[in-house]
Amino acid sequence: MTTTTLPAAACEQTPQSSAQALRQNLARNLRKLVRNPLSVAGLVVIGALLLLAAFAPWIATHDPLAQDLANTLKAPDAAHWFGTDEYGRDIFSRLVYGSRITLYIISLVTVIVGPVGLAIGVISGYFGGWVDTVFMRITDIFISFPGLVLALAFVAALGPGLDHAVIAIALTAWPPIARLARAETLSLRKADYIVAVQLQGASATRILLRHVAPMCLSSVVVRLTMNMAGIILTAAGLGFLGLGAQPPVPEWGAMISAGRRYMLECWWLVAMPGAAIMFASLAFNLFGDGMRDVLDPRSE
Amino acid sequence: MAMIEVDKLNLSFGEGAEANQVLHDVCFDVGDGEAFGLVGESGSGKTTVLRCLAGQYSHWSGSLAINSERLGRKLDKARCRKLQMVFQDPYGSLHPRHTVETALSEPLAIHGITDASRRIDSILTKVGLPTNFRYRYPHQLSGGQRQRVAIARALILEPRILLLDEPTSALDVSVQAEILNLLADLRKQEGLTYLLVTHDLGVVAHLCDRVAVMQQGRIVDLIESASLVGAVPEHPYTRMLVEASRHYSREMAEVGADLTPAEAV
Repeated sequence: MTTTTLPAAACEQTPQSSAQALRQNLARNLRKLVRNPLSVAGLVVIGALLLLAAFAPWIATHDPLAQDLANTLKAPDAAHWFGTDEYGRDIFSRLVYGSRITLYIISLVTVIVGPVGLAIGVISGYFGGWVDTVFMRITDIFISFPGLVLALAFVAALGPGLDHAVIAIALTAWPPIARLARAETLSLRKADYIVAVQLQGASATRILLRHVAPMCLSSVVVRLTMNMAGIILTAAGLGFLGLGAQPPVPEWGAMISAGRRYMLECWWLVAMPGAAIMFASLAFNLFGDGMRDVLDPRSE
Repeated sequence: MAMIEVDKLNLSFGEGAEANQVLHDVCFDVGDGEAFGLVGESGSGKTTVLRCLAGQYSHWSGSLAINSERLGRKLDKARCRKLQMVFQDPYGSLHPRHTVETALSEPLAIHGITDASRRIDSILTKVGLPTNFRYRYPHQLSGGQRQRVAIARALILEPRILLLDEPTSALDVSVQAEILNLLADLRKQEGLTYLLVTHDLGVVAHLCDRVAVMQQGRIVDLIESASLVGAVPEHPYTRMLVEASRHYSREMAEVGADLTPAEAV
């Protein structure tokens, strides 16, 4: 029998269980993420957003829906940190509650778009042939519409409302994910490790779920994170056009839309929700960049 | 008794006038427990023969048989239990996100074999890896260790035949010898049949009993591997390959370019 020597490069302790192997892997990825200060900044803002949404009733200083007609259009002061709107509602409290809506839209769209895009891309890339042709032509049709216009059409057909906005955004957001997953799959399907598992008799479902999809997952996750910024903007755009969340729900885009009429005299009506939208989408973009550094298989 | 029978295997890619025939009437048998080598230059179709046997191409014509059973065009689970393959590049043949344990338990799960843990321990020992390597990812292994894991993965279904596609050419010279010795030991212990593809005549001489020499999709010569070392081979193309493996010269490269298969046959 031949002997084996340990490589000198084995700097980490050899894992003794699969849980430990997984932990080491996670720790390694976390270290890579933390090394980039911008992605940490993004992560901090996203974390703050999550906390804000979770503890909104305790953080908000006022009831976001309570009108106070004696105090309309007040400039920011000690009582109303970000001022009040045309009905005397506290803008800070509305922004805090609005973060719930933003996160709701982001998470729902991501939960719909991620699996759908991944499944379509992976199936189309792996099987090729007519399956690929059919799926990719459908994708082309969806991708050739401008996102906001298609979303507008859907909302117009279904009626305005938050859930309809989510569906409309999801419909326009999956094709890039599918394309990405397909491209990844095409580069993987002739890989030796896929051939090896085919030769072990694995079914197509098993190969796709356990071998191909995990390899595409990282770039899809990165793309999804980057997309979140776009989703925030589209949602705000729909809100601005009056097709997303309906008043008096404190949706950020709808707040800008309502404040537009008083914009010249009362800058805070538009600037505050605008800044919130900007910071949230910037944070998701930065975090997405950091995720790419960590997860991109080509960077290993 | 023949373990692998390849008879009049033809394969071409493309259709009509653009068809490119890559295998021309390839015929050979490999006996039970024999190690058979396929040698030839790049593009001579050696790996393609392996891939036909491994079910990667389904549009071949001719007949392939294992243990006297004719193979269908589709890869089925029964064939997977009989034959497995070890790939050239150990860096590309292991899934980068799967630990050794996952890679080795996958074939067992597919075939519904129980007591995976015990089997994984025993196969790791058999290929000369410590059993605590099972929770490592491929990037935590060296090239030679990866190739051992790949061999373990091929053997865990207890196949009778191992298709070896240049199993050592991507490795360091020192590690090559370790892997070759491991393969030779395993064959002795388990009574495996090897079909080895390589362009390294030294590997063939070390591991194989008989060798088929391929050129441009045809088998041009079939010899005992012992004759590669001592005697001068009769066939001109084989002679050229052997000469080339010993030293390189300009005239030989020019002669080689002129030596078309038509003349060689």
